[in-house]
Amino acid sequence: MNEDAGPIFRQIAVQLEDAIVDGSLAEEGQAPSSNELAAFHRINPATAAKGLNQLVSDGVLYKRRGVGMFVATGAREQLLKRRRSEFADQYLTPLLAEAEKVGISVPEIAAMLRERGDRS
Amino acid sequence: MTAAATLDGVTMRFRGHTALTDVTTEVQADTITGLLGRNGAGKTTLMQLLTGHRVPTTGDVRVLGQAPFENDAVLSRLCFIREGQRYPDVFRVCDALDAAARLYPGWDAELAEQLVGDFELPRRRQIKKLSRGMNSAVGIVLGLASRAPITLFDEPYLGLDAVARQLFYDRLLADYAEHPRTIVLSTHLIEEISDLLEHVLLIDRGRVLLDADAETLRSTALTVTGPAREVATFAAAHQLLTTESMAGQSRAVVRTRSATAHRDASVLGLAVDRTPLQQLVVGMSLAAHRDLTAPAADRTDLQGAPR
Repeated sequence: MNEDAGPIFRQIAVQLEDAIVDGSLAEEGQAPSSNELAAFHRINPATAAKGLNQLVSDGVLYKRRGVGMFVATGAREQLLKRRRSEFADQYLTPLLAEAEKVGISVPEIAAMLRERGDRS
Repeated sequence: MTAAATLDGVTMRFRGHTALTDVTTEVQADTITGLLGRNGAGKTTLMQLLTGHRVPTTGDVRVLGQAPFENDAVLSRLCFIREGQRYPDVFRVCDALDAAARLYPGWDAELAEQLVGDFELPRRRQIKKLSRGMNSAVGIVLGLASRAPITLFDEPYLGLDAVARQLFYDRLLADYAEHPRTIVLSTHLIEEISDLLEHVLLIDRGRVLLDADAETLRSTALTVTGPAREVATFAAAHQLLTTESMAGQSRAVVRTRSATAHRDASVLGLAVDRTPLQQLVVGMSLAAHRDLTAPAADRTDLQGAPR
């Protein structure tokens, strides 16, 4: 998997979160098993299980004994909420750092954002 | 976690040559362990000790709780696929399969058939007439279909092309997922298998350099790039493995236990990348070599950095 994107189990968790956020993995839908994830991503099943278990402890997935893992009701909203709260740290901090390096002021950034936002 | 095998203070000397020195380690049950190291590091010797092909000069080897040497209770639960495995001259592929079916209590004939088809092995051809890659494929079929509780592959891919190697990794993962068991795999193709490994054992000139779970390793190795002075400052606070410089810029590979290392590097304005397992292994092998051969002051070009 991608070496730059953190531990593999985190990447597994993030990919499943992405699928839940964009709706391709519906609430109360069944998540892939650790063996399916391992085969697909060509990773150790224990690593895949670690990614799944993280989502279980976050309350995003829940286990049905003998059946598998399912997406919890409310998981999408919970993930959206967390991602919104992480937005500033993840995107604004590097943006401001780079802007300062190359001499772009905060009002100039604001103007750029408005222009882009109007266009899209 | 329980240990499928343990080595305790194991030293292995041959005439005038020490292959392993005071090796203490455990192979965890039901994991895939990568046994890594340069040629002559002692990987094969270690596997021979685990499979009862040799007795240690000093120290203690336990497999499934017992000494493996001439111990059928242990050996019947082991499968060792050697590099360039040899078979009796008259053996055809099907003869090797028949022999393995009798030898391994857990033998899965259906899986063997499927793998023979996957690797397109000619069942009725003599093994000694097979190409090197096909010979390796026979070993892989035997190793996987044996379903032995402990299966050791010593560089099982010699002569295999990229497609066949991928097939091996995929079949290994699929069967391991369905039937968890202890797998030890020695390899030089670290990048190809790094995501398959749960545990890494790196040996260098007979000594253990690294014995850790693969995810931890990934999170403790960092590559930082930036102005030489800042890189030197950062590297001084961590275990420096390798460093390269060009036109005032440096790149260093470090190991660190500090949870804030990533942030510390960012604060210094350094670019931080994860270090692929292969880079880490190369870095650690080179650093170990440097420590043996060079006086401390010459070890690095990061002069002026507090150490």
